[in-house]
Amino acid sequence: MRGVLLFAGAWLAAGCAAAPYRPATDDTVVTTVARRAGMPEIRQLQARLAAAPADLPTALALARRYVALGRAEADPRYFGHAQAVLAPWWGRADAPPEVRLLRAQLLQNAHQFSAALADLQAVTVSQPRNAEAWLTQAVVQAVQGDHAGATASCARVTTLADQLAGFACLAAASANTARMAASERLLAATLERSAGAPDEVRVWALTLLAESAARRGAAGTSERYYLMALALAPNDHYLLGAYADFLLDAGRPAEVLALLRARHRIDALLLRYALALRAAGGQRAALAAAVAELQARFDAAAQRGDSVHLREEARFMLHLRGEPAAALALARQNWQVQKEPADLRILLEAAQLAGDERTARAARDWMRRNGTQDVMLAGSRP
Amino acid sequence: MRGRPIVSPWALLIMLLACLLCEPARAHKPSDSYLTLRLDGERIEARWDIALRDLDFAIGLDGNDDGRLTWNELRARRGAIAAYALARLHIASADGDCPLVARGQLVDDHTDGAYTVLTLEGACRAPPTRLLVDYRLFAGTDAQHRGLLRIDHGAVVQTAILGGERPRQALELERVSAARQFLAYVWHGTWHIWIGFDHILFLVSLLLPAVLVRQGGTWVRAPDLRTAAADVVKTVSAFTIAHSVTLALAVLEVVSLPSRWVESAIALSVVLAALNNVWPRVLARRWLAALVFGLVHGFGFAGVLADLGLPRGALALSLLGFNVGVELGQLAIVAVVLPATFALRGTRVYRRTLMPGGSLVIALVALAWLGERAFDFRLA
Repeated sequence: MRGVLLFAGAWLAAGCAAAPYRPATDDTVVTTVARRAGMPEIRQLQARLAAAPADLPTALALARRYVALGRAEADPRYFGHAQAVLAPWWGRADAPPEVRLLRAQLLQNAHQFSAALADLQAVTVSQPRNAEAWLTQAVVQAVQGDHAGATASCARVTTLADQLAGFACLAAASANTARMAASERLLAATLERSAGAPDEVRVWALTLLAESAARRGAAGTSERYYLMALALAPNDHYLLGAYADFLLDAGRPAEVLALLRARHRIDALLLRYALALRAAGGQRAALAAAVAELQARFDAAAQRGDSVHLREEARFMLHLRGEPAAALALARQNWQVQKEPADLRILLEAAQLAGDERTARAARDWMRRNGTQDVMLAGSRP
Repeated sequence: MRGRPIVSPWALLIMLLACLLCEPARAHKPSDSYLTLRLDGERIEARWDIALRDLDFAIGLDGNDDGRLTWNELRARRGAIAAYALARLHIASADGDCPLVARGQLVDDHTDGAYTVLTLEGACRAPPTRLLVDYRLFAGTDAQHRGLLRIDHGAVVQTAILGGERPRQALELERVSAARQFLAYVWHGTWHIWIGFDHILFLVSLLLPAVLVRQGGTWVRAPDLRTAAADVVKTVSAFTIAHSVTLALAVLEVVSLPSRWVESAIALSVVLAALNNVWPRVLARRWLAALVFGLVHGFGFAGVLADLGLPRGALALSLLGFNVGVELGQLAIVAVVLPATFALRGTRVYRRTLMPGGSLVIALVALAWLGERAFDFRLA
């Protein structure tokens, strides 16, 4: 019996080894692809654009659809499609504001924050009442650690968009600052009074509230917000990742395994799944498989020169590969570009495990200067 | 070993889970293609892996639009795929175009799903010193697509990232001097011995009893270093001569054997050499065994050389270089193993435990390899 099992397993394993092969029969399904009939609106726009590639309204409509799809499915190929649609205007400094806003969002996605900001500043100058431009600008500024700039951009959002979006923007801008708790209170109060706000904004607000509550040590409140957000958006991959981190911090890896069991396509979620396997212990085979798969994905990204997943890669190196020095190098490189709470945390963790007291001190100085509050990091003070 | 199988139950689970992860959970990643050019004088052999998902988006592969792409549907579009791809890749040297034509089509799996594998062939007018590559695959449908290029030029490898804002690139092919080429192959030979655990274990199996002599049914210590060294020299020389002969025969394409047979026979040679230390059958003529099995290992080395891609112009030189490298690798192992075994040879522990026990472990490991290779499955 054992022999039969062994053979079966070996055959399956051999099937997924990377070597070119000829499928066994003509009817073998090689892969699954998107059904063309499944997206009639996109097909229509594609056809219209094929007939007139320089038709701006069609190009914008199609590019926006691609960006939305890319976000919803966390699939970067759609961002490449969107950029291709915008090709006639992509390289032009005098591109129309609508193109510049989309271009900024795509550049932000590729972590080209300076180029994104240049486009956003141009849009906010030419269209000072464009709430989406101000909001995008605030997000980019906050990611870069420019809290003052982000707050100023959010102030414009509050006058142009609904209140909930404005206060969510402020909460995001204050995440790493001493104003975090005040922003959380304001946002929570606004959320209660914004029954009619769109679901996307509510999910964003709830996620921010949950993260903020977790950072000040209110685990019960945080989880309540997370569950409310998940009820509205059970497939939001950012939200799933954040909740998984919450559960990992709370020492509840079994729930992470259940939450992310079928979500291995997205690197960030597979990372949390692997971290949960490690924390739960016992499933060494599954852990080894997940680590090997993550390594293959990071290798593939490195081959094309991508550095978008530095934060995830640093966590992978530190907690799954147990290489603090390599993790610290990645975390520092990431910190040059991104300064969100999660970036700070991996930087500090890696510095401490690698025994780099200078970097750890610099990170703690940064926290003190900005008034960062985080119970998970508080314990790391010497 | 405690009588348990070498494969633990969880190793089996790894394989099953690795499969679960690689099949339904294909990663979301930006679009890439993988293009490998192998240059040999003016000739170019290429392999181009292109994601089926991207091709389906650009030119449509799924004939009946049921979302399931069959091998039949893929083959039906083979000509269209090759025409679409080759129209977007131009390679030229200073002497003009180096046109490529598509030969075969296979399938391979990458982290983000299935790819079609195109095999291409072509030639420049003269051996190029720099290549101009113009790469515009999917430029119209996915502006973030990249072509990951690898150029194998003799033993020298170069890489580049194509597409995006830089669709045209000029790649200087490093001038490969004869000396550099030779040294590169010496290095490959040495490296292959060091990472080729089957060759190492075969050598170790031959070396373990070299410091002993058989007397009246038991092993006793060899009287002096001279006796032991003479035995080692005879064995290693026989091995070297044999594998050099078959390596040359295989590389010159006089004889060619299926690699699965060769790899299985190499594993078998390790099993037999190791078992011979425990239950000696061949004693005085151990060098003869080394000679016979050396023939088999030579075919194994040829497989590695074939993977490296041999430049036709400097075939003899690279063959010699690889052989020299293999010898250096072997000598390094002898230099480590022989002094240790010679120092220990007088002890009872070595003769009664280390030598037969170690040989038995080697035989078991090689037996596992034999199973894997002969039946084409992986244990762990």
